[in-house]
Amino acid sequence: MHLITSSVGRKLLMAVTGMMLVGFITVHLLGNLSIFAGSEAINIYAEKLHSLGPIVWIFRLIMLGLFAVHIALGIQLTMENSSASPEAYAIKARLKTTFAAESMIYTGLILLAFLLYHLLHFTVQVVHTDAVATLQPLVNGRLNVFAMVGNSFNSAFVSIAYVVAMCALFLHLSHGLQSFIQTLGLNNGPSQDKVSAIGKLVAIFFGLAYIAIPLAFLFHIVKI
Amino acid sequence: MNLTLHVWRQKGPEAKGELETYQAKNVSEDQSFLEMLDDVNEDLIKAGKDPIAFDHDCREGICGMCSQVINGKPHGGQERTTVCQLHMRSFNDGDEIFIEPWRAKAFPIHKDLIVDRNALEVIMQAGGFTSCHTGGVADGNALLIPKPVADYAMDAAECIGCGACVASCPNSSAMLFTSAKVAQLAVLPQGKGEAKARVKNMTETMLSEGFGNCTNHYECQEACPKGINVKFIATLNREYIKSFC
Repeated sequence: MHLITSSVGRKLLMAVTGMMLVGFITVHLLGNLSIFAGSEAINIYAEKLHSLGPIVWIFRLIMLGLFAVHIALGIQLTMENSSASPEAYAIKARLKTTFAAESMIYTGLILLAFLLYHLLHFTVQVVHTDAVATLQPLVNGRLNVFAMVGNSFNSAFVSIAYVVAMCALFLHLSHGLQSFIQTLGLNNGPSQDKVSAIGKLVAIFFGLAYIAIPLAFLFHIVKI
Repeated sequence: MNLTLHVWRQKGPEAKGELETYQAKNVSEDQSFLEMLDDVNEDLIKAGKDPIAFDHDCREGICGMCSQVINGKPHGGQERTTVCQLHMRSFNDGDEIFIEPWRAKAFPIHKDLIVDRNALEVIMQAGGFTSCHTGGVADGNALLIPKPVADYAMDAAECIGCGACVASCPNSSAMLFTSAKVAQLAVLPQGKGEAKARVKNMTETMLSEGFGNCTNHYECQEACPKGINVKFIATLNREYIKSFC
């Protein structure tokens, strides 16, 4: 009980759920990057994933739980923290904190909006229906996920929406990754700035790798 | 030098405050910031006005009483310096200086620049002590404490409880203060016995006293006039995890 009501307990839950979500986006990214390995790679990947059947649903429920905890705590903490500092300074200098740290709730909400849009797009398949309709079985019986993704990202609007969301992901991670290390008590002072720098680099990697996918299709580097 | 001051004036806890502008004339660069304010106050008193109320005590940087946010930085932003040790040579002729009180829900304003920091005491009462019997003066070296451990505890014990960490924190969290107290006692043999209850009680009291939660901005470390490192917050987090084991 203490864990879900106390200040540090919730901080830990925030960190651990956050890091599990990072685990998810890592696996997701590896799957996505298969578009660079020819048109069949992602189709095979998708087919294998769907063949897991009930495991996929168990996984989805776990993801739902992680997102729910992470988002609910994020909103709750933001509200508590803003009520703890009701009056703003006429002048406030930024000493050490970053734009990324200050905008966690906003980048988080952008990512939530993106998550819903992304699910409606590729999972529920009710937006961008023209592109999504190209998800037809090929002669080898596999669904053509590659075409669905490629046709979607050929639209500048869709690509830009994904790129913007992934910029938010970069900002969110650039604070979140180092924050995880600190929250678990793994910093010893001298490691602080190094951990922050490494966190930013990893965040940049995630951001660029994810952004590469829509842009590769938009600029016809990967052709459908 | 001559300066323009914008000072937060507030008659009482319930009154509405605002920034008022004053001229500080013929300020010597050898004066401390508080001495400069003393001169401004003398002029205000001579003119029949209410002097600016501000906290101060030792004026040698160890008591933790002075508490002003100067140009958006607690204690004025000079490294490891309290307001009383900040000297006017850090400013230039013609500068405009904004002086505001610590701002946090847990630190209600008494008057002008004076805030009530009793909430930090309440956190201390929740566990910032050991209740073991210390007896008479112990023999030297009867209780062996390795030098690195003693140094670590001393670094944490440098905290003077001024509240600059809270003032600088975007969340008005008292985590750096609390962590310094928790870490100092957690590494010493006298403090280990009550370590589990201490970390829980002190962090819980931090919240119930109206401070915010730490979200790792690290503003506190930069604002701290005693250079308390956020590694102590990492230690507090570790102590919290250990309290479940």
